[in-house]
Amino acid sequence: MKFITEFRRSELAEGLVSQIHRESKTPVRFMEFCGGHTVTIFRYGIRQVLPKTIEMVSGPGCPVCVTANADLDKAIALSQTLEVIIATFGDMIKVPGSRSSLQKEKANGAEIRIVYSTMDALQIAEDNPDKSVIFLGVGFETTAPTIAASILQAEERGIKNYYILSMHKLCPPVIRALLDSGEVKLHGLICPGHVSTIIGSHPWEFIARDYGIPCVVSGFEPLDILQCVDMLVAQIEKGESKVEIAYRRGVRPEGNREALKLIEQVFEPYPTEWRGIGEVPNSGLRLRKEYKSFDAELAFDINPRPTYEPKDCICGDILRGVKTPADCKLFSKACTPEYPVGPCMVSSEGSCSAYYLYGGNFGG
Amino acid sequence: MCLAIPVLIKSIKNKEAEVEIGGITRRISLWLTPEARVGDYALVHTGYAINILNQEEAEETLRLFEEIAKAEEKS
Amino acid sequence: MEDKILLAHGSGGRLAHELVEKSFVKALANPLLAKFDDSAVMDFSGKLAFTTDSYVVSPIFFPGGDIGRLAICGTVNDLAMSGAKSLYLSLSFIIEEGLPQDELNKIVDSVQKTAQEAGVEIVTGDTKVVNRGSADKLFINTAGIGIIPEGVLVSGSKASPGDKVILSGTIGDHGIAVLSQREGLSFSTQLESDCAPLGVLVAKMVKASPAIHCLRDPTRGGLATTLNELAKQSKVSIRIEEEKIPVQEEVLAACELLGFDPLYVANEGKLVAIVPAKDADKILKAMRENHYGTGAAIIGEVKAEHPGRVVMKTCLGASRIVDMLVGDLLPRIC
Repeated sequence: MKFITEFRRSELAEGLVSQIHRESKTPVRFMEFCGGHTVTIFRYGIRQVLPKTIEMVSGPGCPVCVTANADLDKAIALSQTLEVIIATFGDMIKVPGSRSSLQKEKANGAEIRIVYSTMDALQIAEDNPDKSVIFLGVGFETTAPTIAASILQAEERGIKNYYILSMHKLCPPVIRALLDSGEVKLHGLICPGHVSTIIGSHPWEFIARDYGIPCVVSGFEPLDILQCVDMLVAQIEKGESKVEIAYRRGVRPEGNREALKLIEQVFEPYPTEWRGIGEVPNSGLRLRKEYKSFDAELAFDINPRPTYEPKDCICGDILRGVKTPADCKLFSKACTPEYPVGPCMVSSEGSCSAYYLYGGNFGG
Repeated sequence: MCLAIPVLIKSIKNKEAEVEIGGITRRISLWLTPEARVGDYALVHTGYAINILNQEEAEETLRLFEEIAKAEEKS
Repeated sequence: MEDKILLAHGSGGRLAHELVEKSFVKALANPLLAKFDDSAVMDFSGKLAFTTDSYVVSPIFFPGGDIGRLAICGTVNDLAMSGAKSLYLSLSFIIEEGLPQDELNKIVDSVQKTAQEAGVEIVTGDTKVVNRGSADKLFINTAGIGIIPEGVLVSGSKASPGDKVILSGTIGDHGIAVLSQREGLSFSTQLESDCAPLGVLVAKMVKASPAIHCLRDPTRGGLATTLNELAKQSKVSIRIEEEKIPVQEEVLAACELLGFDPLYVANEGKLVAIVPAKDADKILKAMRENHYGTGAAIIGEVKAEHPGRVVMKTCLGASRIVDMLVGDLLPRIC
């Protein structure tokens, strides 16, 4: 597959790994923010091939993992409403809320459909005019413009039974909150790839400028991650801190203007709760007044009952990079992919899931 | 977050395109990339093209990797 | 004949008899079935293998096959995984009221053709019709009997350190072919299910070397789940190499699109064999001479350390664990 397979070539990986080993002298801790990067790192065993000078820690860039329990409870309450079809990305189905999960509700008879795209959700709305189709809007800046586009398409096509439960989040504000908390000392940041495709590289400049931390925007193939680590090491050894783009085939410094316009048109930022982190200012997206007719929170009477957080679950600490899954007393005992307690184990991008499925630091 | 894959745009109609990757074809939306042309490679996320892939940069990056591999072999 | 299956077709009365005679017995013609006795009576000597399975695939027609072909292949393959030659099958249909007669006829036709290819006879059967909504168009249940040749002792607990792991061909074809028909995940592909009866392939392998230790077909849960089962049963670890596992480009592409790992996608015409290292090349050669084994490859070996684990060497040369499939394969966006 063009532009995929070439970036997995083992002989090119060897060269990059060798260069990293040769150049890395200072002990450093790098964080990959994005869950997609976490998956690549574990799937290919990247931690094992890096020198001992480099410690890697995973960040909270898993939008499913950071969806507040209260929001998930809202989605579950909506699924229990008559004449409602919930359309959702597959990632959300198994995440446990306070009392249930979408998967459990599906088994109880709720109409929940897994879709690949909002295009499919719009089609379901058109095909079922007597039902209300509620799309669960989860994701960062990569996904938000696609939901915005779906709302405008619904307007164009006169689809009146399509709603969004917006749980979208923005990355730069939470990274600032993380760095401000001072909980984890970072020497470099692997910046999210496709979020940067949308927002460009400028929004990360505050990290280099205000915190002196080198930032490199990375792609998702193993060679991309290795190149990114190589560029971070180069900055560290030269004493620099700036924002660079390694993923040049997929990211422009100015981002995708059309996509940003769509986000701006349909959404507005507001403070929202990140699971395990708490409320972060300007970090969530909600529908603007002009698009309130698509807002599921306004159209439906949601009474989800009080929220409970699972006892002994340290997903919050793991999401902030303060602890690892191995530190959690529930990990792989009470909390497994079959019987997950917290979202980090359920989401295919969650740290705990990656640790469990790919063997954590096995062989490293 | 953000599983997006590079696909080849085979045809365009209104704001949608028929794309192909590894023999699989799918219809996707060009709402976020109105500048897309047939023959472009696009990065597709949840059925929407989020970017037109820069083929020159891709080739440049691979060339860089090849140079590094050669240099490391020698040392 | 009616053009749709009705509840009356399952009631045991005239319509039911008509259905059985015209749709089933005629198509699956063999002396035992034609007797219309309540049980088939046969003579045997030797070691018997016995298996049962139910088939609930949706949609019932998919690229490269249908639920009927799947039922025969699945049963024959289960027996083959014990090293057995399949002889006789039972076939039970649970039909949802309203299934078009011509769809049923197509399925039965497919059953007949596949049974013929596999060299098995369907000697007893049953038909039930249930209310609309109680079965997803058609469910099929089978049982199968086969004979295990002298000297063949295949079991999931026999893998030994030093053994080689052989895979008969590309993985993920069936799962992706079926998924491509599912609403909400629509993509077009030329991919077809690999649904196939492997009895003859296994017979050739056993002839090349009766010392095969394990045989298993990686159906639901994919190659990863099957290898984990074998590792646990035999209390060994299985090491595989990512670059040696054959995957069609279209399967890789669909997996990239949906966020799947081909290691977990179902196969219906492939097998994994764990064999003594000294016999590996002989067995591989025999496999490649068979229609369903042309893509066979050695993908790894059995080790003693880390019993119960499957470990894969990635393209970077690093090792990572390959676990069993958890729950359902779900498409992801993240």
